[in-house]
Amino acid sequence: METLITILVGVLVTVAVYLLLSRNLIRVILGTAILSHAVHLLLMTMGGLKKGSVPLLGENAESYTDALPQALILTAIVISFAVTAFLLVLAYRTFKETGSDDLDALRGVKDE
Amino acid sequence: MFITIAIFIPFLAAILVPFIYKWMPSRKIGWFVLFVPLTLFIILASFIPSVAKGGTYIHTMRWIDSAGINFTTYLDGLSMIFGLLITGVGTLVILYSIYYLSEREALGRFYVYLLMFMGAMLGVVFSDNMMVLYVFWELTSISSFLLIAFWYHRKQSRYGAQKSMLITVSGGVAMLAGFIMLQTLTGSFSVREVIATIGQYTDDTLFLLAMLLVLLGAFTKSAQFPFHIWLPDAMEAPTPVSAYLHSATMVKAGIYLVARFTPVFGGEAVWFYAVSCVGLFTLFWGSFNAVKQTDLKALLAYSTVSQLGLIMSLFGLGSAALNGGYSADSVIYTQATFAALFHLVNHSTFKGALFMVVGIVDHEAGTRDIRRLGGLMSLMPVTFTIALIGSFSMAGLPPFNGFLSKEMFFESMLIIRELDLFSMGSWGALFPVIAWIASVFTFVYSMIIVFKTFLGEHQPDRLDRPVHEAPIGMLIAPSILGLLVVGIFFFPNMVGHYVLQPAMAAVYPPFAGAEGMVPHISAWHGFNYAPLQLTLGVIVVGVLLYLSLRYWRGVYTIAPMRWSLDGLYNGLLLQTERFTTVLTRFYMTGHLRDYLVYIFTFFILVVGGGLVLTGSFAFDFSNDAPITINEYVLVFVMIGAGISILFVKSRMTAIILNSVLGYAVALFFIVFRAPDLALTQIIVETVTTALFLLCFYFLPDWKREIASRSTKIINAVIAIAVGAIVTILALTVQGNKLFESISVYFEDSYALAGGKNIVNTILGDFRAFDTMLEVVVLFIAGLGVFTLIKLKARKGGQDVEDQ
Repeated sequence: METLITILVGVLVTVAVYLLLSRNLIRVILGTAILSHAVHLLLMTMGGLKKGSVPLLGENAESYTDALPQALILTAIVISFAVTAFLLVLAYRTFKETGSDDLDALRGVKDE
Repeated sequence: MFITIAIFIPFLAAILVPFIYKWMPSRKIGWFVLFVPLTLFIILASFIPSVAKGGTYIHTMRWIDSAGINFTTYLDGLSMIFGLLITGVGTLVILYSIYYLSEREALGRFYVYLLMFMGAMLGVVFSDNMMVLYVFWELTSISSFLLIAFWYHRKQSRYGAQKSMLITVSGGVAMLAGFIMLQTLTGSFSVREVIATIGQYTDDTLFLLAMLLVLLGAFTKSAQFPFHIWLPDAMEAPTPVSAYLHSATMVKAGIYLVARFTPVFGGEAVWFYAVSCVGLFTLFWGSFNAVKQTDLKALLAYSTVSQLGLIMSLFGLGSAALNGGYSADSVIYTQATFAALFHLVNHSTFKGALFMVVGIVDHEAGTRDIRRLGGLMSLMPVTFTIALIGSFSMAGLPPFNGFLSKEMFFESMLIIRELDLFSMGSWGALFPVIAWIASVFTFVYSMIIVFKTFLGEHQPDRLDRPVHEAPIGMLIAPSILGLLVVGIFFFPNMVGHYVLQPAMAAVYPPFAGAEGMVPHISAWHGFNYAPLQLTLGVIVVGVLLYLSLRYWRGVYTIAPMRWSLDGLYNGLLLQTERFTTVLTRFYMTGHLRDYLVYIFTFFILVVGGGLVLTGSFAFDFSNDAPITINEYVLVFVMIGAGISILFVKSRMTAIILNSVLGYAVALFFIVFRAPDLALTQIIVETVTTALFLLCFYFLPDWKREIASRSTKIINAVIAIAVGAIVTILALTVQGNKLFESISVYFEDSYALAGGKNIVNTILGDFRAFDTMLEVVVLFIAGLGVFTLIKLKARKGGQDVEDQ
């Protein structure tokens, strides 16, 4: 299971990196979103998969699955959401101000 | 203990000055500032008797003990001289500036810088720890920078400040490297301990390197050739600053360093030749160039360069005595160091006075150009007298203190011919010759100061205002210095015994208590005394050269301007600037893609390269959990969705595929026994998709990527490489569990945090701070979103960036 998920992570990272290298602003943002999916899965996998019960003490299970990566991922999900939202609005504003979403065309003014 | 406090008092006063200035914005603030160095001087002077008896004071404040860096202050004869100069000249300079600077100037700022400098300078001379010394050393460079650029609206001031900063700070960094090497050798940052143990390391290659680097620091600071070029430009500073920093104290920090490290490096041939030859050449070059100056301050700047060279060369000669330790014969070479210390004190008195005189002339006549000045003697009799005293002392004439130290200088130069160390041979004969020639030029420019300014024809039509004598307040400080110049001539042995004798002991620890270290200074040795004959020769030739100045002035125009060291400096600066601009333009392209390519390439090379080089691949699949058929389906759905995103034509399809990925991740979270994550993921994914859709309403549709085939291939290669490395790295990490998991700790969450949901207790209790900051991030992102949507850029002059 871990190996399979790791390979999946690799594929998602490849897709994300390819999108990040694109010229289109929306593709770049999409790339960051996919990259965070990949990272969340990776974190999960590093803690070991399906190694115990749900980390709720009320379950009275013999062993619980590792709770620490879950807590980290929970934080990461929220942060990546904030970043994606901000980037999207930034793209919106950029387009409104400049009329372009092409990163090459947006390349800053020459030296001041 | 007092010494440690003494270093900090000026800094404390510097903090107070702005508040007092706000409350009392007039020149009276100077009286408050004056109080600081005056008190320090008096207290320091009270130490003179006990230091003269050979006492030293040491006080350690623990600081970074583990690194051997402690705040250790050390008062001995050598630091005493400098301490007295710093506080004494400091007092006079502040007294002078109270009258010199107009009330319209930013006086608060001025005194803050000046006090900061004073504290830093005291720190340099009193620190025993080399790291602390270095910090104060650079602090003097910084305060000097601030003071030179005091009138920052002038281009020349900024240029001079930058130049002095660049040169002295780079020398300082070299010195730092030297200090670290010394520490590597001896294992201690304390100068005293280094002196005690350095003897066994003199054959090490680091020793020589450390010596050269420390010398670089000293030479740049003390404006020795070829680093002297910053000093004339530093004259853009207000004149009190020039008098204080650039003649009496800061430039002598390099001299101090050489004196302080003479017991460490002295006795080595390289040290002897480097210090004495650089000093001697600087002496000649400075005096030679001083003659051609027409600006009085520039003339004084070159003369300072030259006099510093003189002192430096004497320290070089004096170091010869340390070769082979104490013997009755080698004591005679220590006399050069005595002359150096004596001249150091004398130079501070007469040069300080001269700078103040030039300031007065500038203040009253509105110019420092000797072509416009002349005949001021009858108009400014007091100023003229002080100028006469200072110049004649500098020229080495009696009855002024410069005469005494100049004779001792000649004597040392003559004695060094007999030195049969360091394969000197007949080259030794050159020393007195160069020294004599330089002294002739010194005589000529000293005469220029007096005669071109105060004698000759007065030219009122070439001046902006009628000239009259300066106010009394302005004359007090230079008069005191002038009196000292004469006073030291008549009572030189008081200085010799109380101030110079303990300093000699500090420079020559192996010679402690030896006979003949401190000579009886006297002005008259009879007509057959060789130095006297040299002085007479200087006067005769000097007068002839002065009178015939206009006939041989042409020698200065032989070499074109751009061949000068200044030209080299400017060219170097310009070329560096051009080169870095080209370099920066080359890789800072402004394309996001390029920057990401750098980052990913670096990742591939370092992480991937590291994996290959260390051969740390180790896969272990034995611990893998079993896979059900549903999970296979889910994985293939995700891989399919991920890859199709790259090829879809419409952005709508892309965003739907992205949400497929997101929801699939949520499903995986359920499979992996993480219900909290699954819930959060579903909510966030829904909102994100909605946000994307909302933004698409405003954004244009996807255009086809217009990118060349090769770019696409490069992108693909980078992407695949990054993906592959991440996979391999993750698999390797899973195969090697180096540590036990710490997660068991959290399973006690009910007892520790009173919660049964472990994930919740981690977020809300164990790592609550982290969660709080996460909320802050969300808040900031929310603010950003709000601002970007709501705020409109104002048109017109509201743009702060442009100001």
